[in-house]
Amino acid sequence: MNANSPQSVHPAQDQIAKEESLRRILTVENVIVSFDGFKAVDDLSLSVNERELRVIIGPNGAGKTTLLDMICGKTKPTSGSIRFRDMELSDMPEFEIVRHGVGRKFQNPSIYEDLTVSENLEISIPQVHGVWASIMFRRTPRVKDRIEEIAQQIRLENHLNIKSGTLSHGQKQWLEIGMLLMQEPELLLLDEPVAGMSPREREQTAELLRTIALGKSLVVIEHDMEFVKSIASIVTVLHQGKLLSEGSIDDVQNDPRVIEVYLGH
Amino acid sequence: MKHFQLSSEPVAHLALALLLIVLLPMSLDSFWLANFGKYIAFAFVAVGVVLVWGYCGILSLGQGIFFGIGGYAMAMFLKLEASAPELPDFMVWSSVESLPLWWEPFHYFTATVAAIFLVPIVIAFPFAYAIFKKRVSGVYFAIVTISLAMTMTVLIIGQQGDTGGANGITDFHTLLGMDVISEESRRVIYFIEIGFLLVITTLAGLLLQTRFGKILIAVRDREDRVRFSGYNTAMFKAFVFTIAAVLSSIGGAMYTLQVGLISPTLVGSVASVEMVIFAAMGGRLSVTGAVIGALMVGLMKSYFSEQFPQTWLFLLGAMFIIVVGFMPDGIAGTIQKILSPKPAKKALL
Repeated sequence: MNANSPQSVHPAQDQIAKEESLRRILTVENVIVSFDGFKAVDDLSLSVNERELRVIIGPNGAGKTTLLDMICGKTKPTSGSIRFRDMELSDMPEFEIVRHGVGRKFQNPSIYEDLTVSENLEISIPQVHGVWASIMFRRTPRVKDRIEEIAQQIRLENHLNIKSGTLSHGQKQWLEIGMLLMQEPELLLLDEPVAGMSPREREQTAELLRTIALGKSLVVIEHDMEFVKSIASIVTVLHQGKLLSEGSIDDVQNDPRVIEVYLGH
Repeated sequence: MKHFQLSSEPVAHLALALLLIVLLPMSLDSFWLANFGKYIAFAFVAVGVVLVWGYCGILSLGQGIFFGIGGYAMAMFLKLEASAPELPDFMVWSSVESLPLWWEPFHYFTATVAAIFLVPIVIAFPFAYAIFKKRVSGVYFAIVTISLAMTMTVLIIGQQGDTGGANGITDFHTLLGMDVISEESRRVIYFIEIGFLLVITTLAGLLLQTRFGKILIAVRDREDRVRFSGYNTAMFKAFVFTIAAVLSSIGGAMYTLQVGLISPTLVGSVASVEMVIFAAMGGRLSVTGAVIGALMVGLMKSYFSEQFPQTWLFLLGAMFIIVVGFMPDGIAGTIQKILSPKPAKKALL
């Protein structure tokens, strides 16, 4: 008489299958994007696991940014499939992809310069996305705590009430990462997060990303090899829209194909 | 661009209320009070422009459309009341033999009021949502809206028998049996109008302080980022555009009551551009500023056209150029700057 608990028939097997599907958070399969015949991404497949910090490198025009644009819905793939967990993302509007837990940071810091740091963070709070909910929204103590907690993490706790337009470039980058964290995404897509940062800021950012990766998955595009070494477990190399090599940083750096197109020039 | 400090807004708002409720009615004769009543009708539109353009960055050059909807709705009611049980005079002149079906609801005051609020919503929201969903914005949106305003003028003029054509609708004297020409009732209408305006400016001020208001600024500055924070920005833009449309419609209805006339010139492109100028003059980031802007432009138009009948349009044009060129945040923005000379330091506190 256990008709109401069908999953208990093979509990062990189910558990394994569940864990397997949980482990893989992002699956990109045979994706092609062509702009007027030019294939920016050409039959690309890759996958990212839960709590993984994946770095994507590649020369200019390799299709790195286009790949992130497709995952977050900014660009639609010409063909192929992009799955986040079990959800197909390739034909979802951006805001829904975000609501399902994918956050995107752009190459140039993209923040609201006319608003204060805390207002920037406040707007990024999830689950209050409707017009009416926004009008009725109040800053509860819980919201305030959350803003302060994130501000601490991105080292802006002393700048909460200044206009974000007056922050330094590095601080703006951090603020955008903070806005992403506010959204509570499960997968973060970061496009050159340390561009324009001082060496010290780079170090602090690496530390921040490693902390984030303890609980979330990240896909990071980066050029700076020192920085890549300091954060990456697995590196994916793209070249002319195709996957060229994938593996640990040492494997990749010793791969002759990679040396030829990218590192050895 | 300087972020407008909302803290000084309540003080300015109170001063405005004092001016409109006490100072103007005490010091002006009925002719000038009626004139101010006319300017204030445009203030409704200007408040909408502040929300939609100043805060959300959507430049609409079609506010005249909605001004016309409100204005014509009110005029149709008044005209039917004035000519009952006959057909309105202009219909007779155009040998229209029976009242067009779409005029029927305007026999009733409640239906008219409902139309003033609902028709702009029904038109503005689906139009705006569809167009914002398609990501039409900036100058393209301005072109679409100004074209619609021009189309609307052509439509009204072309359907002379139904709409009064280029002459518009005029020659009505009573509202629900009350004589709207007498000095006494003009005062009453003025105070009703002020009451409406102050409620609306208060609500608009409060709205801008909510998270919704901040999202409007965010959409203006970085719409992409807002979208990637999980918002359907088309919905927010359509919503604020609809609010502005309703405010324009209320303004139009008030205009008809104050002036006793509505005509296609108040709907068209020139009128629509002028409505944006009110907000630009007063300060597009200040609700109170927009009201002051509408009053000032109205006053200058009256004054210049009386004193310099030949050159007044040039003088008005020069004023616009000076304000837009040297005070990009309008009168309110300039006053703000004078009052807080070190905005950066203040923001740190």
